[in-house]
Amino acid sequence: MPKVKLPKGSPSLDMTPMVDLGFLLVTFFILTAKFRPTEPVQVTIPASHSEIILPEKTLLVTIDKDGRVFFDLSGKEVRAEMLRRVVSRYGNVKLTEDQVNRFAVMATFGQPLERIGQYLDGDEKKRAQMDAMPDAGIPCDSLNNQLKDWILDGYASYINDAIAHGISEEELRKNDKLRLSYAIKADGDTDYDKVQKVINVFRDQQIFQFNMITSLESEAPAVN
Amino acid sequence: MAEIIDGGGGGGGGKHQKKRAKKSKPSMDMTPMVDLAFLLLTFFILATTLSKPKTMEIIYPKDEKEKDKKTKVADELATTLLLGKHSKEIFYYFGVFKPDSTTLFQTDFSKDGFRKLMLDKNKRINDQVTALKGKLESQEIDEASYKAAYGKIVGDSLAPFCVVKTVEGTKYRNVVNAIDELNIVNVKKRAIMDMGESEAIAVRQKSADLGLNKDE
Repeated sequence: MPKVKLPKGSPSLDMTPMVDLGFLLVTFFILTAKFRPTEPVQVTIPASHSEIILPEKTLLVTIDKDGRVFFDLSGKEVRAEMLRRVVSRYGNVKLTEDQVNRFAVMATFGQPLERIGQYLDGDEKKRAQMDAMPDAGIPCDSLNNQLKDWILDGYASYINDAIAHGISEEELRKNDKLRLSYAIKADGDTDYDKVQKVINVFRDQQIFQFNMITSLESEAPAVN
Repeated sequence: MAEIIDGGGGGGGGKHQKKRAKKSKPSMDMTPMVDLAFLLLTFFILATTLSKPKTMEIIYPKDEKEKDKKTKVADELATTLLLGKHSKEIFYYFGVFKPDSTTLFQTDFSKDGFRKLMLDKNKRINDQVTALKGKLESQEIDEASYKAAYGKIVGDSLAPFCVVKTVEGTKYRNVVNAIDELNIVNVKKRAIMDMGESEAIAVRQKSADLGLNKDE
């Protein structure tokens, strides 16, 4: 049999499809990536077999291991209006326009209203320090129930914002994608009575359905 | 191939083009660009979590009065799950609690623990749900009527129900696990409430017998 002759020069391979694919994937990942805002608390969520995906529009309450309560509602205009409403309930708290704008672009927060001005003025380091304080978190006792105010005003601001964007009230009630849902994200090691306390605040506002955020059972409990 | 068509107009043209292309082809070293592209690709693959968080839906009763209604349901349908402070303090009993005669059984949230128990207890309902799921898969019924029929099956007045009782200091993880297991076994009639004093004493007694308090 005649021997196969190998070409003398370096073997060349057409890399174009691979490079094309590479760039396609890069573009895809760049476009789909969303930066996670820095969260004030680390919470290890428990696992479950549930495969229901978290709805888009959610009012999120985070409860950490020590039972401190944090609050989040997204949307710049919604947040600004919510903060103004909550502040107007408390005569002794005054915020500047600058502070409100800063609050509007933040994410999860958990400070008593008395300290919120100080919190918003602080830099990242100062905020992290304040978040680490054992008395951080939104008060939700029967005597000082600020969580109730945040929930009520958050909901009202959400509805107002949606109506301002031309969505009818009818639609808001019927469309599952537009309706605000209530999510609770608690650490697996949180005492249940602390969670119950938050749930009772919601129940007092006639809110009975919750989404408990969990990770899928098959994977190791993710730190989120 | 049996035949190779040699020559012809196309072949001739190709030969001609090839010659011209060879002349004008500019060459550029693409290696750094490709390297960078793949570096970015790797970064984004590693940094992204595509999955959105999963959630478990829980609906709480409207007010305390609704809880009282549940006690009227036949006792033999009731299972009570008692969750203590310690994560292994998971006990259950059937029917009504009697401080002197009720014995607690220890269980866990593994595949063969509480799930197996409730699957047996809820067999009638589960069989109906399995049949219904089969219908959905063979597209005999659509999603909406599946949901309606499912709600009817699990809401059956003779369906077993489960009460999850907690104490101060029960870990949230255990409550989530309990609800998760109940979801798996299609027990949708359930309630979460505080443990009574006599039950709490029984739990303490039982876990002392089993030596559960020691290793914490």
